[in-house]
Formats: sequence, structure tokens, C-alpha cells
Amino acid sequence: MTRQFDVAVIGAGPAGLAAATEAAQSGLSVALLDEQQAPGGQIYRGIETASAARLKLLGADYAEGRPLVEKFRASGAEYMPGSLVWNVTIDKVVEFSRDGASSRIRADAIIVATGALERPCPLPGWTLPGVTTAGALQILLKASGIVQEDAVLTGSGPLLWLLASQMVDAGVPPRAIVETVPNGRLLQALPHLPKALWQRSYLFKGLSMVRKVRRAGVLIYRNATGVAVEGATFATALNFTAGGKPHRIETRTIALHQGVVPNQQVTRLLRCDHVWDSSQHCFRPVIDAYGATSADGVYVAGDGAGIGGAKAAAIQGQIVAIGLALRAGRGNGERLAHLHSALAKEASVRPFLETLYAPAPQILSPADDTLVCRCEEITAGSIREAVRLGAPGPNQVKSFLRAGMGPCQGRVCGLAVSAIIGEERGETPDDVGYYRIRPPLKPLLLSEIANFATSDAQEHATE
Amino acid sequence: MVRRIETIGNEVIFSFEGQPVTARAGDSVAAALTAVGISHLRDSVVSGAARGVYCMMGACFDCLVEVNGVPNRQACMTEVRHGLDVRRQSGGVEVRS
Ligand SMILES: Cc1cc2nc3c(=O)[nH]c(=O)nc-3n(C[C@H](O)[C@H](O)[C@H](O)COP(=O)(O)OP(=O)(O)OC[C@H]3O[C@@H](n4cnc5c(N)ncnc54)[C@H](O)[C@@H]3O)c2cc1C
Repeated sequence: MTRQFDVAVIGAGPAGLAAATEAAQSGLSVALLDEQQAPGGQIYRGIETASAARLKLLGADYAEGRPLVEKFRASGAEYMPGSLVWNVTIDKVVEFSRDGASSRIRADAIIVATGALERPCPLPGWTLPGVTTAGALQILLKASGIVQEDAVLTGSGPLLWLLASQMVDAGVPPRAIVETVPNGRLLQALPHLPKALWQRSYLFKGLSMVRKVRRAGVLIYRNATGVAVEGATFATALNFTAGGKPHRIETRTIALHQGVVPNQQVTRLLRCDHVWDSSQHCFRPVIDAYGATSADGVYVAGDGAGIGGAKAAAIQGQIVAIGLALRAGRGNGERLAHLHSALAKEASVRPFLETLYAPAPQILSPADDTLVCRCEEITAGSIREAVRLGAPGPNQVKSFLRAGMGPCQGRVCGLAVSAIIGEERGETPDDVGYYRIRPPLKPLLLSEIANFATSDAQEHATE
Repeated sequence: MVRRIETIGNEVIFSFEGQPVTARAGDSVAAALTAVGISHLRDSVVSGAARGVYCMMGACFDCLVEVNGVPNRQACMTEVRHGLDVRRQSGGVEVRS
């Protein structure tokens, strides 16, 4: 009964779209599943429905998603939107929920293209209504054309400036940008500049975004420390220190950002090997040049394999798909050398950006009374205490405190919890490790599994 | 204040805590509520503190609301429909995870 495909791709961002298109064009049978109702992933969210006005203000990089989606639509790959993948087994059965009911498909190969998540930003008051990620404000703009007035954006990273410049173009500039990049970071990043010049168009784009935001009259604070949200039931102000002085900006809309990190849920579920990337300050799955993980038949493309941006994601998707086609005796590898060098070119700008925009010290080591796990409301202090009482890693902290046991399954707090444990124990992130991820990847309603043969599900369970 | 940069898509009317909210077709429940200035969507499980939209992409589960009597729905992943009855969610509803 279970439908069988040559390839199941999870995630319809640039990586998944490119992989599915390439694989289908070479004659493989392909299913592409995504939790969202429309293709595009994070960067190209809403790309098929964006009005001309919205396309214009979101810029040329956004509009590049159109041909990618059109090619995918014409490729013959089967698209399964609104399909939340909640389990993937080592024998490559994909279990998902769509329209309130679960089903499963089986594939010879799985391409995990589940992209990135925003890095956790634990700071005082970050759980108050009115405080969101920068990505959240951008999603409002891309998907619904909604912009908040008087927003204060705080943190670091290219996406913060991109969002600010898109808000300027939308006619609703943010009130202020409170950047947490410490003085001296630029100097540290300089040795990576010559290599980054290989992709200088990104640097010019970055500079022109900063110029645009500045010209629009947005207040810009640099080297901010002690960032804290004030408010009783809502965010009412942002407090911080910059230029040796305390500042307080009244606002009901605060967006946090400290870069994006690979979404590890599926690769962790499949027990793929992961390694700490000290330049990107995150874990990523270990993969070979064709995206193969340590789990047989499981591949990763895109930001889920390490942050490389949208263009790199699409190139990786193509490489993985061509590799699979070759293995199946289809197509040829002619374009591989070209794609690998294009990927290397895309990567050349990353070390510069990663050094300049490494997460703020305040975020990596939150104060004791700051909440880290938002679901179960666990503070940094209680995590440290659990470690002192003998919890050696994230899974023991989880059973001591319930940290990471809420519905988000550690998507938000995971990296922060591992970092705090590592700091307290004087261990490397690789020693500390990460939460053990189990199915279902998201909490399900009983009705979503009611018509689903559970004995069958257990037979395929990963453990 | 919140602004819509364009008004395309048909009007959709649903309710939040029994009050009518006008949205646009294609909005998520979370976007529609944000657009009318509602940010307090639930009370947290442990301390009962106010919570609202955080990630808007289905990762954080902070925008959980009750939709047509079903608890634990992610407002950011639920599309608005005419007549949806959306309620603020309080405290620890048992989740299967
Ligand atoms: C909120 C946000 C906004 C961003 N905006 C930009 C931007 O404007 N410009 C830019 O250059 N970069 C942006 N980025 C960086 C972005 O990660 C990459 O540039 C690019 O989108 C990566 O492509 P991808 O294909 O690897 O993953 P994504 O585009 O992230 O696509 C991953 C897809 O997988 C789906 N998915 C994940 N888990 C599951 C599951 N269990 N079941 C089903 N589907 C699943 C998601 O719904 C998503 O559609 C953004 C990142 C984030 C997190």
C-alpha cells in the first residue's frame, strides 16, 4: 500500500526545489514534501503569490525564486504541500501529516532539505509578547505584506540589515538598529576579506543596505551590550548600553537576530553523525561531496548542511540529485565540476561574515536569571545548577529539568543549552553533544494518527 | 501600529476571544492577529506569563491557540478561514510529544 519513490525530498526551499527538479528531469520518481502550503522555503516564501509591488520591494534576490519554482512545477516531481514530516526511519519510510491525517511513503533515497532556524537569543524579557525573531517580521512582510511601525531590531548578521532595508523599501523603516557586534570584530574578520572579495557582490550589497538604512534616518547603535527587554505583560522598551552610555528606546515591537543555524531535527532523528562548526557556532551533519550523511541513503542539501545561503543551497541540491541519478545509471556528471566550483565561490564570503557576525557574548552565556527554554521556562541558572549536580549532557539536563521537553523539542533552546553545559563543564560542544531527537518531530493530535496503522509505525521506528 | 502595504486578497472574518477580526485571504491566524495589534496569544504552561508570536515559522510553538475547540494549534501555521473561532490558550494543555 505504501507508495514508493526513487527519491523523497523534505523541504521546498531552494535546496529541495533544485534537488527535486534535477532528480525528476533525469527520470527519477520524486516526491517533495513541505510543511508550508506553498513552495519557496524561507527566502522565497510567498514567491508564487507575491504581487508586483511586493516583488519589487523584496528585491532581485527574492525574485530569483520565481524561475526556480516554475522549473520545479514543470519537472514532473510530485509536490506534497502542507505535509509535515514527523518521522523518517532508517529504512527510509517518511511519515507525514497532511490535512489532519497521517500517511507514509517509502523511498530509495531521502534528501533532507529542511533549511535553517534562527539561533536562540536568550536575553532578559525575550519571551514577552511583542518580541519576535527578525525572521518573523520578514515573514509577515513576505507572506502577508504586513509591516510593524516603530520596530527596534537588535542583534547581528546580514539578515538584520536585509530586513531593515526591506522595511525601508516598504515605506515603514524600523525605528532603530541596535547592533551587538563587539568593537574589534571587523579587525578579526579582515584576514578573511581577500577571499571574500571573490564574491564581492555580496559585500557591495551589504554596504548598500547599510547606506540605505542610514539614509532613511534609522537610529543605529553599535557595539551594544546588556540588551534587555522591558515590560510586564508586553514588551514596552529595549534597554542596552552603547558608547559607554545606557539607552532606553520605547517600543512595542522588538526583533531579535543572531544569525541562522542548521535545522538538525531530521538528521538528528536519523542519528546521522554531526560535528561542531566552530566558525558558524553550530552543529552540522557530516556529509561528503555528494551530500551523503553517515546514514545509508540519507543526503542533506542546503542550509541544513551548514549555512551557505540560498544560491549555495540550490547548487547543493543539484549536486546531490545528479549524484543520485549517476548512481541509478542515469544522466551524466558533466556539470558536476562546474557546480562544485560555483559552490566553492559561494562559500568564499562566509568566513568573513561568520567572523564579523559571530553571536554576541551575551547570547552565548546568558545571565543566570534569563529564561533559556521557553516552553518549560527553564533559566540559564537552573541549567548550570543541574550540571553542578552532575548532569553530564543535554539529555540529562532534559530529564532533570524538562528543558527541551516541550512542544518545540529544543528547536529554540537546543544550541543554547549545549553551550551553557559546555561552558560550565569546560568541555567542547562535540563532547557535550545535543538533545536526542525522537519522533514525532512535532506534537500530533490523536486524530492525526487515528487512521494510521500504529503497529506498522512501530515496526519502522528508529529505535 | 501595524501597516499593510497593500490590500489584496478577499476579506475573511474570523473571531478571536469572541471578537470579530477582519483578515485577508492567505493570512495565517498569527499574521491576521498581528495586523490588528493583538500580540498576547496564550499564557505559558508553567508561570502563566503572556506569550505571543516569536518565530512565525512553526518552530517555537509560542503562538499556540485553540482553533474551533482544538487546542495546541500553531497560529502561524494555520490559515485564516471564514468563521474560525480562535481562543487564547491558557496553561498546560497536555501535548503528545
Ligand atoms: C526566517 C528566515 C528568513 C530568511 N530570509 C532570508 C532572506 O531573505 N534572504 C536570504 O538570503 N536568506 C534568508 N534566510 C536564510 C535561508 O536559510 C537561506 O538563504 C535559504 O532559504 C536556505 O534554503 P534551504 O533550501 O536550505 O532551506 P529553507 O529555505 O529554509 O527551506 C526549508 C523548508 O523545509 C521545510 N521543512 C522543515 N522541516 C520540515 C518538516 N519536518 N516537514 C516538512 N517540511 C519541513 C520548511 O517548511 C521550509 O520550507 C532566512 C532564514 C530564515 C530562518
